[in-house]
Amino acid sequence: MTALLEVKGARKAFGGVHAVDDCSLNVEEGSITALIGPNGSGKTTLFNLITGYLKADGGEFRFRGRDVTGSDPGALYRQGLTRTFQQARVFPHMSVTENLVVAGAYRWRDLLVPRVLGRDRSRADALLEEFRMTHVAELPASELSYGQRKLLEFAAVLMSEPRLVLLDEPTAGVNPVMIDTMERHIRERHAAGVTFLVVEHDMQFVMRLCDPVVVLDNGKEIFSGPPTEVQQNPLVLDAYLGT
Amino acid sequence: MVRGGVFVAALVALPLLGFEHWVLNLMIFTLMYAAMSSAWNLVGGFAGYPSLGHAAFFGLGAYFVGIWFQHHDVVTGYEPFVILPLAGLIAAVVGFPIAWVAMRTRADVFAIVTITLLFVAQTLAFNLDSLTGGAQGLAMPTPPFELARFEWPFYYAMLWLLLTSMALTYLSMRSKVGLSLDAIRADEDKALGVGVHVQGVKVLAFSVSVALVAMAGGVWAYYETFTYPQFAFDPIITIGMVLMCFLGGRGTLWGPVIGAFILVPGQQYLAYRLGGSQFYLIAYAGVFLLIMLLMPRGILPTIADRLRRRRAIASSSGPPPSSDVPPPSSGAGTNVPVPSGGAA
Repeated sequence: MTALLEVKGARKAFGGVHAVDDCSLNVEEGSITALIGPNGSGKTTLFNLITGYLKADGGEFRFRGRDVTGSDPGALYRQGLTRTFQQARVFPHMSVTENLVVAGAYRWRDLLVPRVLGRDRSRADALLEEFRMTHVAELPASELSYGQRKLLEFAAVLMSEPRLVLLDEPTAGVNPVMIDTMERHIRERHAAGVTFLVVEHDMQFVMRLCDPVVVLDNGKEIFSGPPTEVQQNPLVLDAYLGT
Repeated sequence: MVRGGVFVAALVALPLLGFEHWVLNLMIFTLMYAAMSSAWNLVGGFAGYPSLGHAAFFGLGAYFVGIWFQHHDVVTGYEPFVILPLAGLIAAVVGFPIAWVAMRTRADVFAIVTITLLFVAQTLAFNLDSLTGGAQGLAMPTPPFELARFEWPFYYAMLWLLLTSMALTYLSMRSKVGLSLDAIRADEDKALGVGVHVQGVKVLAFSVSVALVAMAGGVWAYYETFTYPQFAFDPIITIGMVLMCFLGGRGTLWGPVIGAFILVPGQQYLAYRLGGSQFYLIAYAGVFLLIMLLMPRGILPTIADRLRRRRAIASSSGPPPSSDVPPPSSGAGTNVPVPSGGAA
């Protein structure tokens, strides 16, 4: 059986810095895979390569068994591979509902229909209900708290009914209550069949939620396995603590 | 809607009121700039791409009409208006690949790339002698309209362009085109990542925008009866539409119209008061600077903001609380749109 996402020998250099260097990883269908590693180990660069925001210098990317090397982010989104950003990027001047509707992956001929159709609204309302944000539906996104923006960004990428969601530090900069909320939503969606690849620095969060854990160091994967083993692995300890 | 109806009715009726020629002449230029500024707004305001090359398409339209009537006769006087859509189509077709390439750059780089386009087009008009007549320009047939109503056809042509421009703006604002443009302006990379047809929508907006500007150029050439490279491809035309849009308010339906209705007559008035030397431009710039200093986002958004704030203060209940802790979901949450100010 092939994995939902396969990365083989991905490489990306910025000048002389090899941010991602011959990195391979698989994300199995139905998993919540964690991607961890020390600062500068290439996690975000790898995210950008997988989602098409950066073009790889080499390597192969396969999603749902198809070669998607070199696809742009929009095409990948439409195929069900989507992501959130570390800084919670939402469209600040648009309402919360519009933030969801704009992410609906419309076809060309849908462009001339009204901004928010009845059926768009009902889909958005269902998501807002799920994320308990119904009371802010008509507020501009700029008036949301940072944590709520993270939730909104997460909810928005679900509009396309994705198969794989890449979360870039979903708990960074949000309060403990919001971390629990975020975890609950990830679990709910996971139960509904969505696969996740999560970059995260909060190790407790990773240990609770993720299996397997992939560890990156100097642009290479150095470990992949269940969370119980990652803490004992000498290579991982070495990467984090240094020698 | 009522406001729009009154606006249209007043403008349609205006020539019937027997104003002097100079008033109608001024109105023609006001409507022309309002139409062009409104068209520019589609790209510069909604998509957030500050094109400085729109005058290239103004000139293209002017020269298309000019060249066409080197080979065709004007009999009824209305033929140049009939071929206007063709001028628009050509501008859209020419603009499409240009935008496809130029819109790979953003913000200030895009502004520089497009202003280059303007000077390339002007240089071509100066040097393609056999086609454009070079520095001598092209003469158009004199419009055979009776003197008392000489301005009317031009006036209504410009009015038609303005209304088309505003109608297209209105429709795009109400449709997913506008939603996509809003997303592109706010965060283009993010928009790309949520499946917005980024490249397609912004290039489409550019094509439609330059088509409208080219048609205005066509009417202008016929009205002036002469087309010279330095006037058809004048940076001041680009700057005019940009300034008016900024003044009235980018990304709004009425902003560019208000901007044009202030700046065009204002410029004429200052030119009249301060004489033919370029001194009036200093006063013109002064007025512009003053307004932008007091209302940096443009007249309309600033006023709308103040009204909203005043209303928010007037209504006793503050804005709904926004905290990280979601309140218990209150039963079946049918969400009624909350008006800004939050009287929910």
